[in-house]
Amino acid sequence: MSDDRFRTTVAAAVVGAEEAHRALLESIVQVARSIFSAKGSSIWLLDEEADELVISAVARDEERHLLGLRMPSSQGIAGWVLTTRQPIVIEDVQSDPRHAKDVAERTGYAPQGLMAVPVLHGERVLGVLQVLDRQTRFSLGEMDLLGMFGNQAAIALDLLQRARRAKAVLEEGEVDIAAVAALAAQLDELEDDRRAAGLALLQALRDLLRE
Amino acid sequence: MEASPHEHEPENEREPIPAWSLPADAVDRIRLRHKWPERVTREWAWGEAGGEGVSVCILDSGVEAAHPLVGEVAGAVVVSRGEDETTIVEEDHEGDLCGHGTACAGIVRAIAPKCDLHSVRVLGAGYTGSGPVLLAGLRWAIEQGFDLINMSLSTTKQQFAGLLHELADSAYFKRTVLVASAHNMPVESYPWRFSSVISVGSHEETDPLTFFYNPEPPVEFFARGVGVDVAWMGGGQLRVTGNSFATPHMTAICALVLGAHPELTPFQLKNVLYLTATNVGGDV
Repeated sequence: MSDDRFRTTVAAAVVGAEEAHRALLESIVQVARSIFSAKGSSIWLLDEEADELVISAVARDEERHLLGLRMPSSQGIAGWVLTTRQPIVIEDVQSDPRHAKDVAERTGYAPQGLMAVPVLHGERVLGVLQVLDRQTRFSLGEMDLLGMFGNQAAIALDLLQRARRAKAVLEEGEVDIAAVAALAAQLDELEDDRRAAGLALLQALRDLLRE
Repeated sequence: MEASPHEHEPENEREPIPAWSLPADAVDRIRLRHKWPERVTREWAWGEAGGEGVSVCILDSGVEAAHPLVGEVAGAVVVSRGEDETTIVEEDHEGDLCGHGTACAGIVRAIAPKCDLHSVRVLGAGYTGSGPVLLAGLRWAIEQGFDLINMSLSTTKQQFAGLLHELADSAYFKRTVLVASAHNMPVESYPWRFSSVISVGSHEETDPLTFFYNPEPPVEFFARGVGVDVAWMGGGQLRVTGNSFATPHMTAICALVLGAHPELTPFQLKNVLYLTATNVGGDV
């Protein structure tokens, strides 16, 4: 396999992974919306470099225009959930006039109520999962359930971020990675004894590095 | 700025000396002046007390001082980090940035109306740096000698766990009680998991003074945390749910007990809470 072909194959897998993970995130918010009989659901992803939260998945097609919307990482309810790692349920958000106006100006829609949980992966906080405007009153069991959904979202987000990093490395063509990629491509083109000898050599190198 | 330190007398009249060992002639020195009744009831634990003389610090997003459900705020500071990573503590004129601290303050005020409320704002200035600001704010609050510090927040960062643990222990020995929200998610987070703090989860009942001792730690107590009407920004009110609202309920109950018994150490306070918990002896 040539270096270019190797890169193309890996890049295709990474891009495909990104799309699959997006679909997984969307599926999570859609199921969350359905289970909680809510009007909407969304996932805000933390962009650590910009110190901002970005809407990365929405449950309904009519909310798609919100994808990519940003806000400072510690503002509003989502920001509070992110920085404190604490889940929260708010009923009647409208009676918080500042919040309602602010959200409505940004999104064109001000929810009456919302529940939000941090999306945590190990010690990292990746974002916030929100469910908007439920039909019925909330119980503690449901908060645990939303927390479990948050965990599922965390796994999907972690995979998505890994895929993005891999893609960035491929696109930037870092010298070290390119050298390893070229070696893998050359090895792939060998046959029989030479291939076996090459693999044995690599195994020996791995053993050496492990020590 | 100055916060009001412990104003109550310790168990012994003179400055308490750490007792590293106890020679026979020193037994009198640690004799407890305040006798507990044979049966500790809520009537004895706080009776008609309203948390008078107890200083309560809300370590959160700030507190809206003019809110009718919050009343007077005795002091408010905002904590930030300087360019050279120094801690800056300044008087806070902005109030609350997201409503949460105001909600916690209002819950404490409703249950312990006579306590002194202080706000230390550590949230709202960005996610990046929020860990060091939280640590710096907690350290400052412990140095002030507040009786109680309400922490409706947690961190998952391992790098802060050791420092937080040290701070929690130093608070415990300096008679400052940390009351911290537990997590109802399967994650390792702090400081609620430390045994030197009082950790709080939610129950679903509506009485603000109903609280349960949990014989299956790490969560120590369950307090009211579902469908709570709270103060919010702009003089407003909201109905909210979460462990972060159960925590100020427990903080307020601690304020009631310390208002009636200012001599209690954190260890003794936990004992009183255990004995007066709804599922132990609190129904009498």
